[in-house]
Amino acid sequence: MKVLKGIEVSIAAADAAKLARVEVIAAYPITPQTHIVEHLAELVANGELDASYINVESEHSAMSACCGSSAAGARTFTSTSSQGMELMHEILFIASAMRLPIVMAAVNRALSAPLSIWGDHGDVMASRDTGWIMLFCENGQEVVDSTILAFRIAEDRRVLLPVMVNLDGFSLSHVIEPIDFPTQKEVDEFLPAYDPLYTLHPDKPVTMGAYGMPEIYTEAKYAQETALVNSKVVIKEVLAEYGKKFGRNYNIVESYNTENADVVFVALGAIGENIKTAIDTLKEQGKEAGLVSLRLFRPFPVDEVASALGNKKRVVVIERVMPAGAPNGPLFQELSAVALARGFKGELTNYIVGLGGRDVLPQDFEAVFEEISSGNPAIPHDGKNFRVIGVRA
Amino acid sequence: MRLKSLQLYTEDPAEEFAVSGHRACQGCAEILALRLALKVFGKDTILCMATGCMEIISTPLPTTAWTLPWIHVAFENAASVASGVEAGIKILMDKGKIAKKDIHVVAIAGDGGTSDIGLQALSGALERGHKFTYICVDNEAYMNTGIQRSSSTPYGAMTTTSPPGKKSIGQATWKKNMPEIVAAHNVPYVATACPSYPFDLFAKVKKAKMVQGPSYLHVLSVCPTGWRIPSNQAIEYGKLAVRTGMFPLYEIEDGICRVTYSPEPLRPVTEYLKGQGRYRHLTEESTSLIQERITSEWEQLKYRCTVK
Ligand SMILES: Cc1ncc(C[n+]2csc(CCOP(=O)(O)OP(=O)(O)O)c2C)c(N)n1
Ligand code: SF4
Repeated sequence: MKVLKGIEVSIAAADAAKLARVEVIAAYPITPQTHIVEHLAELVANGELDASYINVESEHSAMSACCGSSAAGARTFTSTSSQGMELMHEILFIASAMRLPIVMAAVNRALSAPLSIWGDHGDVMASRDTGWIMLFCENGQEVVDSTILAFRIAEDRRVLLPVMVNLDGFSLSHVIEPIDFPTQKEVDEFLPAYDPLYTLHPDKPVTMGAYGMPEIYTEAKYAQETALVNSKVVIKEVLAEYGKKFGRNYNIVESYNTENADVVFVALGAIGENIKTAIDTLKEQGKEAGLVSLRLFRPFPVDEVASALGNKKRVVVIERVMPAGAPNGPLFQELSAVALARGFKGELTNYIVGLGGRDVLPQDFEAVFEEISSGNPAIPHDGKNFRVIGVRA
Repeated sequence: MRLKSLQLYTEDPAEEFAVSGHRACQGCAEILALRLALKVFGKDTILCMATGCMEIISTPLPTTAWTLPWIHVAFENAASVASGVEAGIKILMDKGKIAKKDIHVVAIAGDGGTSDIGLQALSGALERGHKFTYICVDNEAYMNTGIQRSSSTPYGAMTTTSPPGKKSIGQATWKKNMPEIVAAHNVPYVATACPSYPFDLFAKVKKAKMVQGPSYLHVLSVCPTGWRIPSNQAIEYGKLAVRTGMFPLYEIEDGICRVTYSPEPLRPVTEYLKGQGRYRHLTEESTSLIQERITSEWEQLKYRCTVK
């Protein structure tokens, strides 16, 4: 029988990086990601993890050093949150365009101002078009599994792209959960040593990060985009293989109780678990709601989302980020685009929740369900196209 | 180049690591400095370069002017990229994944990429003690973006963002003392150099390469384009910079400072300033201000160093 280990999810994420046998870690502390980098530092200090730990002076340098070590051929890991991710922002684009298979745990946190250390998706949504593969996790087990399989995806010769494993700050990173850890032997079988295509080495000199004239930039970007979009096939393969080996089957888009539900929530990350609780309560009352949870956000799983929504009448998009002057939140906009492209006819509604760590309870989603079912959800608050749960006047 | 003498410093003096076909301006001393320095670093070298003239002139896809492994990531991070490269190859060697070999990592950036936007990354990498050499190729402005001032632009110089005018003398601040900032990190080796003095440059590169930790070379790299001088005058102006005391050649080895070439008696700075379009607007008054400052800085340096 499997023995589950009760452990804080941050520590588990670091342990997963250890199981992946990372070779270089370049990281800078920021709440709520701190426990990950602290635990990795401890593992290296105690000789439990044979890796080089670079105590960089900023996140900009963390991502830069990661580019350097990954280009040198070392399996590379880092972690950040919020302002740290924004300070990395410039280099995030370069890491992906240079096809460096770095893995980063992104512990999602609100952006300043006002300064907030608590969770929301402001950081990752500001970085969503950096060319990284983006996975989202609902719970600690997913964090551990995703961290390990992220390297398999990133390093696959058909992919060679960095992967961001997103987990919600505090509401996921700091909770203690029972986790089933694979053994080192199992991970080694699943994740062979990184075998880079090109490296910086004097025996075979290559030029990396050259500049592109207008004659070549479009083609370079097109090739990168193709690689990113095509990575979906590999991601599915890797998830399937992971499921076979470890018994935990993940899909890039997960549906929960959607068969008979007309009202379907769509969400990213740990909030999905609260929504599921609401769905269960509603079900006891004979009401059917469902959830479509995106494990993969980049590349956006257009077809999978379209088929998960099928012919649902009402789709409620839940997001943890303020739209910033856009007509809707980013996830809603992506879903609208999917609806347009794939002919989805249902009604889409947008709710903004849980900003800067604000609690969102299952009851809130029950209330959203009632509001939507009562048929007046199309009326936005204050002339906006979205509603904000719990905002005080 | 006297190849025989160069033999002292290199394995193969004829070997080139910055090869022809790059697009540097005629008479560019920055590419010359790198070409010479790389001969000494030799083939077991990895280059990490910042955005700037040297990157732009050398790597328009799909071509490259570097026969060494070379990486460019961004403008402000040559030092942190080098940190990662150094850590990466070291751990791979420790784990036996690549063969053990003495590979030297060299970070290269302009004065902007060093003394302004890249200062934090450089400071971090120096403090962490990575084994690498950082070369600042100092042409005294942001040349790649079209001659804007940097904190390394000398007092009085005209750039497009420090233009002289009714209310401006041009650059209104004095050149930031980068070598001293680096020396304050207590790194084992810091030196200034100029390709107009190639053998002094070779000797310093050789020392920098031997250091078991960070080393720093601040190389004055005359830019005919930005300095508004004829392209055949780059070597001459490098010499004048040294001979007037505008750019003294010295090194700081384990904290001990040594002037490596004493140009005494110093030539008047006017010899250096005149003829450069960037100083054309200077009045006699501002020229003597520069003279005073340069003389006193030279005296300070001598006081600190043993002159040899
Ligand atoms: C973050 C960022 N800001 C600005 C630039 C634009 N930029 C590219 S090179 C450069 C100046 C380079 O000057 P310097 O480092 O002195 O090198 P040089 O070109 O003079 O050799 C600037 C401002 C950039 N690439 N990145
Ligand atoms: S602008 Fe100056 S530094 Fe840049 S390539 Fe031309 S001469 Fe060299």
